Amino acid sequence: MNIHTIADHLNSLADNSDTGMSFDCQPISGEVDVLQISISDREELPIFVSVTEDQIICISYLWGAEEVKPECIHAMHESMLEMNIPMPLSSFSKIGDKYVVFGALSISSSFLDIEHELAVLSNNAIEVIDDMSDYLL
Amino acid sequence: MSIFKKIMTAIRGGASEAGEAIIDANATRIFEQEIRDAENHLTKAKRDLTGVMAEQMSAKREVDRLTREVSEHEGYATQALEKGDETLALAVAEKIATLEGTLADQQQAHDSFSGNAERLKELVKKSERQVAEHKRQLSMVKTTESVQKATSAITDNFSSSNSKLLSAKDSLERIKAKQQKFDDKMKAGELLESENSDSSLQAQLKAAGIGSQDNSANSVLERLKAKQK
Repeated sequence: MNIHTIADHLNSLADNSDTGMSFDCQPISGEVDVLQISISDREELPIFVSVTEDQIICISYLWGAEEVKPECIHAMHESMLEMNIPMPLSSFSKIGDKYVVFGALSISSSFLDIEHELAVLSNNAIEVIDDMSDYLL
Repeated sequence: MSIFKKIMTAIRGGASEAGEAIIDANATRIFEQEIRDAENHLTKAKRDLTGVMAEQMSAKREVDRLTREVSEHEGYATQALEKGDETLALAVAEKIATLEGTLADQQQAHDSFSGNAERLKELVKKSERQVAEHKRQLSMVKTTESVQKATSAITDNFSSSNSKLLSAKDSLERIKAKQQKFDDKMKAGELLESENSDSSLQAQLKAAGIGSQDNSANSVLERLKAKQK
């Protein structure tokens, strides 16, 4: 499993995905290959997929630290920690100054697992921004 | 320091900046080499274990065979005694004594192989756990690095393509608006469909002469005539 096989599969689904979402994949080259996945009508919140030796990591960037109301940062962290387990399949993290929601899959996951993961992650990301928007500027 | 703590310190220390390695690349290479060495040792230990277990099995077979032979000869000796053939009984007894000597040796060998096999099995299990643990730690380091490199690739891509990164709220608004538009379209489609089916029903009724009919010239004339009366 690498980002190219994932891209080929998702692109071949076109409008026939099990999740009803339509994926558009764009590889980004760099020191580590990353796949940028845009979901139809949700282009503003792309998902980035990278593959390591044992994991497939799917990340959606939520907001930058500068977008958080300074007086809310503590409450926001608490909420994120509390929501981490109830939130299906995804977890919160922070990369540099960006808050993210991500899911990690085993390298031996099936295409169906990956598709499911991406759909759930996208739904989670939208819901999280909606629910946490009170903390944001 | 645990790997966990090292990664945490490195991230806190600002190594999260693009291009900077979380943990000294050389240290990672050494760690990888150590894991490979441990895996090689493990393979060798497993091979040794197979050898010892084969020896153990063959010793066990020998012990069983000798035990059987001893009891067989004991039977012969008893029969010889029953027949009053003391000399023959003595000869058999001597044979039994030799067999028992060999049996004791084989039993000792078997016990020693068993002990070795047990020790090797323990060692293999312990090494396997250790290798798995090292691999987990290495995976943490590599994943951290990979995510950081991926992030810098993404950031580079965004800045080079000049695409502006929207704020989370703006993104959400746009997505919601698109969703709303989609929902509206769906609703409009449904509405249109139901209207169409309404009008087609009307047409069918008219064709069957049921319901309101068109105001034809004839019907107007009929109406005027009725007024004149």
